[in-house]
Amino acid sequence: MLSSRHIIDIRDLTTDDIMSILDTAESFKEVNERRIKKLPTLRGRTVINLFLEPSTRTRTSFEIAAKRLSADGVNFSASTSATVKGESLADTAATLSAMACDLVVVRHKYAGAPRILAKHMDAHIINGGDGMHEHPSQALLDLFTMRERAGRLEGLTVGIVGDIAHSRVAGSLVPALRAVGATPIIIAPPTLMPARPDVLGAEAVTSLDEVIGDLDVAYMLRIQMERAEGMPFPSVREYSRLFGMNETRLAKMRSSAFIMHPGPMNRGVEISAAVADSDRSVVLNQVNSGVAVRMAAMYLLLGGEGGGGAA
Amino acid sequence: MAVLLRGGRVVDPQVGLDEVADVIVRDGVIVEIGPDLTIPKGVTVECAEKVIVPGLVDVHTHLREPGFEYKEDVRSGTRAAAHGGYTAVCAMPNTRPVCDTGSTVRFLAERAESAGAVRVHVIGACTAGQKGTALAEIGDMVAEGAVAFSDDGHGVADAGMARLVMDYAKQFGTTVISHCEDLALVGKGVVNEGAVSTRLGLPGWPAAGEETMVARDIALAELTGCRVHLAHLSTGRSIELVREAKARGIAVTCEVTPHHLFLDEDVLDTGYDTNLKMNPPLRTAGDREALIVALLDGTIDAIATDHAPHASHEKALEFEIAPFGTTGLETALALVITHLVASERLEWKDLVRLMAQGPRAALGLPELRLEAGMPADITIIDPEARVEVTPALFESRSSNSAFLGSSLLGKASEVLVGGRFALRNGKVVD
Ligand SMILES: [Zn+2]
Repeated sequence: MLSSRHIIDIRDLTTDDIMSILDTAESFKEVNERRIKKLPTLRGRTVINLFLEPSTRTRTSFEIAAKRLSADGVNFSASTSATVKGESLADTAATLSAMACDLVVVRHKYAGAPRILAKHMDAHIINGGDGMHEHPSQALLDLFTMRERAGRLEGLTVGIVGDIAHSRVAGSLVPALRAVGATPIIIAPPTLMPARPDVLGAEAVTSLDEVIGDLDVAYMLRIQMERAEGMPFPSVREYSRLFGMNETRLAKMRSSAFIMHPGPMNRGVEISAAVADSDRSVVLNQVNSGVAVRMAAMYLLLGGEGGGGAA
Repeated sequence: MAVLLRGGRVVDPQVGLDEVADVIVRDGVIVEIGPDLTIPKGVTVECAEKVIVPGLVDVHTHLREPGFEYKEDVRSGTRAAAHGGYTAVCAMPNTRPVCDTGSTVRFLAERAESAGAVRVHVIGACTAGQKGTALAEIGDMVAEGAVAFSDDGHGVADAGMARLVMDYAKQFGTTVISHCEDLALVGKGVVNEGAVSTRLGLPGWPAAGEETMVARDIALAELTGCRVHLAHLSTGRSIELVREAKARGIAVTCEVTPHHLFLDEDVLDTGYDTNLKMNPPLRTAGDREALIVALLDGTIDAIATDHAPHASHEKALEFEIAPFGTTGLETALALVITHLVASERLEWKDLVRLMAQGPRAALGLPELRLEAGMPADITIIDPEARVEVTPALFESRSSNSAFLGSSLLGKASEVLVGGRFALRNGKVVD
């Protein structure tokens, strides 16, 4: 059981909640290595994937997680959603409520959308990413991956590099790292910094090279290359030169340090192909942990309400 | 008809009045103010423990008619005004169609005549369709009674165009009302850029998006000599700019809203309550305090509601796409009394200056004083009455108030417009 009914902001969770999700995910991870990767735990429970912004990766990860727990998973995606027909999210919430679902995973292009759902329905809500705000399940799987690779979380120094201002991944990861005793540093040109990095809880620096030797983890964010408004840096080439992860920079890092990326990667922009594919990168581990962590989140939200035991 | 207002505290700093007295109104005009007055026949209103002030006027109201009658119309909006203690409102032109011609001004004036519970002063658009590219027919609109001009809802982005508007409007002696928002800086901003935009992951609306336009329009007021009124200022730095401009004798006035005075960005917390989505956005506690200081020292000329009714299904949208604004006509007076008068930061005469006299002066409306011979536009306030802000409170068609759930002190009990009751015993008179 978690102390919160929902996982909307990472701050909804206490440090104990975070740790119990990570620990529970360990046992689910082991299930995922079996030949029959299925538990009866959430049999009869209905999980709706409400993806009002396309994201195949995250949606698939949640979908697999629900299936492995034997929940009935239903996709309610952007193309079939009523939102495009002018129905409000509150209306959608009422509709889903009428279908009596137990848990809704919501991905939405606007910040705060999961709060609207939570207000209008009884189901548990997991935020699968809302606007530029938060993406808590990503932060949790990132913590899981870090702990797996480094053997600890406390005391790690994690540099998050890139478009912090518009990144929901950073929005959740920074406070998550703080909660578990790690030290986040956000690294970006001022045009990609949030107005108040201190509010997120991170030290902000504008030079990757200045801090690279101090990092246990370099977390590279995806650069949005197709923006409508003015580009916040002069060229992809210049960005890559100043903020990209490459073999030269990797060589300046501690030998135990490793590289993360939430995907999908722009190879050659924020991360070189050689680094992405090296054994210093844990990008695929992140994807792999995603399913187990999301199983844990669902299980703990719905657990204590008549679900079976974990593994 | 004769009306005797008996034994109220009559407050009007314009005539040096602050004493318990009786007021006689006959044929729409104030005929006598003094002790122990009587009338042979007519209506007597007992005003003991009440405060009698010149009729309040809101310089910034969105009546939404024509075009958005599902949010508000002249009838519901002026009823809300009467309910809130106002005897007049100034209607902003961002309707559909935009109020940018003489005929639309005349339409509104006629609607106000037939359906209005209080007086309506029409504000015309500065530019055709509020598009910021060509002058609106300001002269025509003046001829039909428009009192001021504004592209409210948008800033006039092009400085050359803003200058043209002021140069042109000056010949009619009217005021240009400026909505200070530089869209190039504000972009999709929906909350104050800073701690809250960072925490909520919402696009930020930086203070500089207002301040650069305030500075520009002060410079243009000086250049053109046109009277400029700066709407809904929200930041401490904006106020400093106005203070400095006034000291230099530039013809600039400004208003603030109750929501910027009594709420700051911290109320946004993590709830994404769209009733708290304003343009300009709620600012910091420091800005709020700077606005209150400026109320007291005379830098701010008017408290304006920026009454912005919206239907509940519109406000139920996601924060980033929900419309901006809060209703205000029915809570402004109570908020000022609760937060400033009851705590003695503001005196009644200051309230008259900020909610009756200053607004009129800013837009060049006829003066209104509590003295014999003046039109009987009068607001009577019960300072001890309780106001529970719930959707049931409102005469407005919309209930998107930023103050829902508050319990406030003080409300209008009577409103007289031209000697006729628009509000009696706290109820709007049909
Ligand atoms: Zn405005």
